[in-house]
Amino acid sequence: MTGRIFDIKRYSIHDGPGIRTTIFLKGCGLHCLWCHNPESIDPGPELMHWPARCTRCYACVKACPVPALSKDQSGAVVIDRARCDLCGKCADACLYDAMQIVGREMTVEDVLAEVEKDRIFYEQSGGGVTLSGGDPLVQADFAAALLDACRSRGIRTALDTAGRSSNGVLDRLAAKADLVLYDIKCLDEARHREFTGVSNAPILENLKALVAAGREVWVRIPLVHGVNDDEDNIRQTMALLLSLETVRQVGLLPYHSGGLDKARRIGQESQFRKFESPSEERIAAIEAAFREAGFDVRRGG
Amino acid sequence: MNERITKLREQTLAAKPTISAERARLITEFYKRPETRDLSLPMQHAQAFKHIMESKTIVFNDGELIVGERGPAPKATPTYPEVCIHSLQDLRYLNDRKKTAFASDDETRRVYAEEIIPFWKGRSQRDRIFSEMTKEWIDAYEAGVFTEFMEQRAPGHTVLDGKIYKKGLLDFKKDIEAALAGLDFKNDPAAYDKQEELKAMAVSVDAVVAFAHRHAEKARELAKGEKDLARKKELERIAEVCDRVPAHAPRDFWEALQAYWFVHLGVITEYNTWDSYNPGRLDQHLWPFYEKGLADGTLTKESARELLEAFWVKFNNQPAPPKVGVTAEESGTYTDFALINVGGLKEDGTDGVNELSYLILDVIEEMRILQPSSMVQISAKGPDAFLLRALKIVKTGFGQPSIFNTDAIVQELVRQGKSVADARNGGCSGCVEAGAFGKEAYILTGYFNLPKVFEIALNNGIDPRTGKTIGLETGDPAAFKTFDQLFEAFRKQIRHFVDIKVRGSNVIERLYATYLPAPFLSVLVDDCVKNGKDYHGGGARYNSNYIQGVGVGTITDILSAIRYNVYDNAHFTMTELLAALKSNFSGYETLRQRVLNRTPKFGNDDDYADSLMTRVFEAYFEAVDGRPTPRGGSYRINLLPTTAHIYFGKMTGATADGRLAGDAVSEGVSPVQGADRKGPTAVIKSLGKMDHIRTGGTLLNQKFTPQLLADDTGMKGLKDLVRSYFRLMGHHIQFNVVTADLLRTAQAHPEKYRDLIVRVAGYSDYFVDCSTELQNEIIHRTEHQEL
Repeated sequence: MTGRIFDIKRYSIHDGPGIRTTIFLKGCGLHCLWCHNPESIDPGPELMHWPARCTRCYACVKACPVPALSKDQSGAVVIDRARCDLCGKCADACLYDAMQIVGREMTVEDVLAEVEKDRIFYEQSGGGVTLSGGDPLVQADFAAALLDACRSRGIRTALDTAGRSSNGVLDRLAAKADLVLYDIKCLDEARHREFTGVSNAPILENLKALVAAGREVWVRIPLVHGVNDDEDNIRQTMALLLSLETVRQVGLLPYHSGGLDKARRIGQESQFRKFESPSEERIAAIEAAFREAGFDVRRGG
Repeated sequence: MNERITKLREQTLAAKPTISAERARLITEFYKRPETRDLSLPMQHAQAFKHIMESKTIVFNDGELIVGERGPAPKATPTYPEVCIHSLQDLRYLNDRKKTAFASDDETRRVYAEEIIPFWKGRSQRDRIFSEMTKEWIDAYEAGVFTEFMEQRAPGHTVLDGKIYKKGLLDFKKDIEAALAGLDFKNDPAAYDKQEELKAMAVSVDAVVAFAHRHAEKARELAKGEKDLARKKELERIAEVCDRVPAHAPRDFWEALQAYWFVHLGVITEYNTWDSYNPGRLDQHLWPFYEKGLADGTLTKESARELLEAFWVKFNNQPAPPKVGVTAEESGTYTDFALINVGGLKEDGTDGVNELSYLILDVIEEMRILQPSSMVQISAKGPDAFLLRALKIVKTGFGQPSIFNTDAIVQELVRQGKSVADARNGGCSGCVEAGAFGKEAYILTGYFNLPKVFEIALNNGIDPRTGKTIGLETGDPAAFKTFDQLFEAFRKQIRHFVDIKVRGSNVIERLYATYLPAPFLSVLVDDCVKNGKDYHGGGARYNSNYIQGVGVGTITDILSAIRYNVYDNAHFTMTELLAALKSNFSGYETLRQRVLNRTPKFGNDDDYADSLMTRVFEAYFEAVDGRPTPRGGSYRINLLPTTAHIYFGKMTGATADGRLAGDAVSEGVSPVQGADRKGPTAVIKSLGKMDHIRTGGTLLNQKFTPQLLADDTGMKGLKDLVRSYFRLMGHHIQFNVVTADLLRTAQAHPEKYRDLIVRVAGYSDYFVDCSTELQNEIIHRTEHQEL
């Protein structure tokens, strides 16, 4: 079986306990306007272009069989994304990594070979593997196979999800993982739709069901100014988490604008917006409020 | 830090390094006496040493508790003309250079011009060495194939054990007298030589005891005139301490520190040893005094801290003696490599971490001064709390302490034939060099430029920089059909240059044994007294000579680039590669980008590259390890560069890994700067494939930005990285925790960052004192950013 992976990151220390390898699966059910990994949303491969790395050697243009690449008047390479069939020949030709295909097709064995490399670190630190994305729920069968394979090899796993599940996919995957990292954006339904493109009702229901089923859940909240850093939302979020009783770990992830550069590189800048991070004081206040309510709060994961 | 220490710390930071002519003048004066010629060689040296210790200026700095300076003022630094003469040109260069300068005034230069230089010219050890070296040695040396440590500093690379805390120097003198009495002139043909050596040792003991007693007298004299009653009492106590130690065994914590300090000054005045001397396992040595002092109420944790901090300042007052010529370029630093060891194992194999270990870490953190350097020994038995405490200091960006694996050190030493007890009582000194403290002469003979040797193999024995044939004719590489043929040519060149190096070192070793005995150091190293033999002549229980391999990352990436692109994938031919290298990649940018970005590199946990690292390791190990030395020991390898990787880079043309001519080669066993792109676990895995146990030390440098270590999660991650590396039997790891931006700012505004200390390579240095190239390299080393 194969899945589409857009990154594998070793020495992840903020995606669950210990030293971990995070596997980033392509495809997401949400479309958050602040997304810091815009290349994670589309389930298919994409062409990423780094103009700053380009030396204008035009090896990519020569290599393109379509042709979907050309020079503009200033000499810069431009991509006709409508015509590009993602064959990847430009990426092979570019020795400067200015053209890259994101989203490699990998087998479970391919991924495991990478995962096994850091076994000694998992064992030493109580770490393991985290499936992230995108949202691993989008490639549910592949994610399930990976989780099973890790479990059979004694490697602990975490599932990092945005919780938009249907047909019991989340239940099925969560049962195979040792830990679920669960994203909550905001509790206001209208705002959630506006900024993520989907309703939050099933997401919140799924969270409750997971906890009720006895899964270990760590909640993660991106903090975006003007979206979810207001007093009301924080209070409501806290109330929800308190009502769940067993959730103790909360990770706060302040917004950063790095996602916009990435969006530009895949020609998707119009699909995303620039936001602000809450002020340092505001983040500290939110952190303190959660701590006071008895949560174990970490910044960045 | 209390008021006294704050003041002492300011004094040492403000003190300006100068050249002092005092020692050079005294030793010249001594050797001008006609009666010197009637003495045997060891006795000449011992009497010269005694003359210096009896005549040099006694210095008391305001408010200090531990007393004694090597020079007539803090940071007044002597030269050692019997080893190496500083010319007037050298003195001017040292005075004028922007980094690590040593000031000298007209009077000092006059003394050198009129008294010192004329007397020693042609008689220094350096003169002898260069006149004895063969043409092939000189050619390789000048080409930058290797360096030679002993051409201007004496081979005193060793560390003290616990002996001076149990016995006084006068007790050692009794041992010496007993050995003299036991000489068997009828059956032992070396009896006379032993007699002269032992007599010299006894004289050297008297010299150091006299030096201490001069401090006692001076303290009493100062106490008489002291109006401040508290200081008067202190001076009286100092007089009592200096009367007692190091002549007799110390009775308390204060005396133990002062005893070491006088011994230290003796060793570094006798010669300009490579490296500076060092108390080694300080927490172990001082523990009985600490425990007793706390129990009987004569010591508190705070008074122990104050004494330790006063002791720390003394190290910082003794910059490394300035070097001359190419050696000055290859290691420009004030640090003299006194590396305090904390933690580790006790002789019986139990955990050695104690309360004092933590107190010493507090001292390191509070003092934040260049010297002494410090390290922690982490054994599998040691608590995580100790490692985390050490990493918390590392995190402050100070670059100390560096982190060592006790279990690897012990295995390394035992493999070399040391007893388990001697290995456990050992540790590391200098940068990362493992040794049996108090029992071993482990001499670093010089750095060995692996990428340069390969360059010579690629050019069929010719050094392309000069066009001279200095290697073997191993064939035209374009004619090699397989990678193995190429590697075989490289292997032969390694062997060839190691042969040249070993031949030179064997001669140099005999020159030291013959012309420059070290009787005082010999008293301190087992079993010189028992054997009646000098430290330089093989008197120590264990004797090792190291040749330090440099550029492991670069040579691995070179081999990977050629194997991958020429032999396995035919991306280009050997002829094209040779043309590209010759032109420094000018006109071959595509080829260069291919080797930079599309070729397996060391440090990414990629067996393609990493297996070539182990192949180079084996070839180098096989060429060096186990060869006999004149002192009765063996040659060994270790892999560390100090700053030689920059000098070696300057001497080496463009390399197949994409490195441009003149750029630094990789340092220690770290991957090539910027080539490791898979994060710290991949680096550690790559390094875990090296058999560190068959070295005497390897140096791995990792740079972290503060962000990654900001919270407990980051610190725990770092701790587990270290533990995992040590499970893989890595020898040593050190961390630079700084941002590149901050370093760039510091480079542009050095005046604002005088306190910024960075880990260079096996030691820490003031960033602003590093050369611009070294600064650039530190900036460019891979930052393991989380993004």
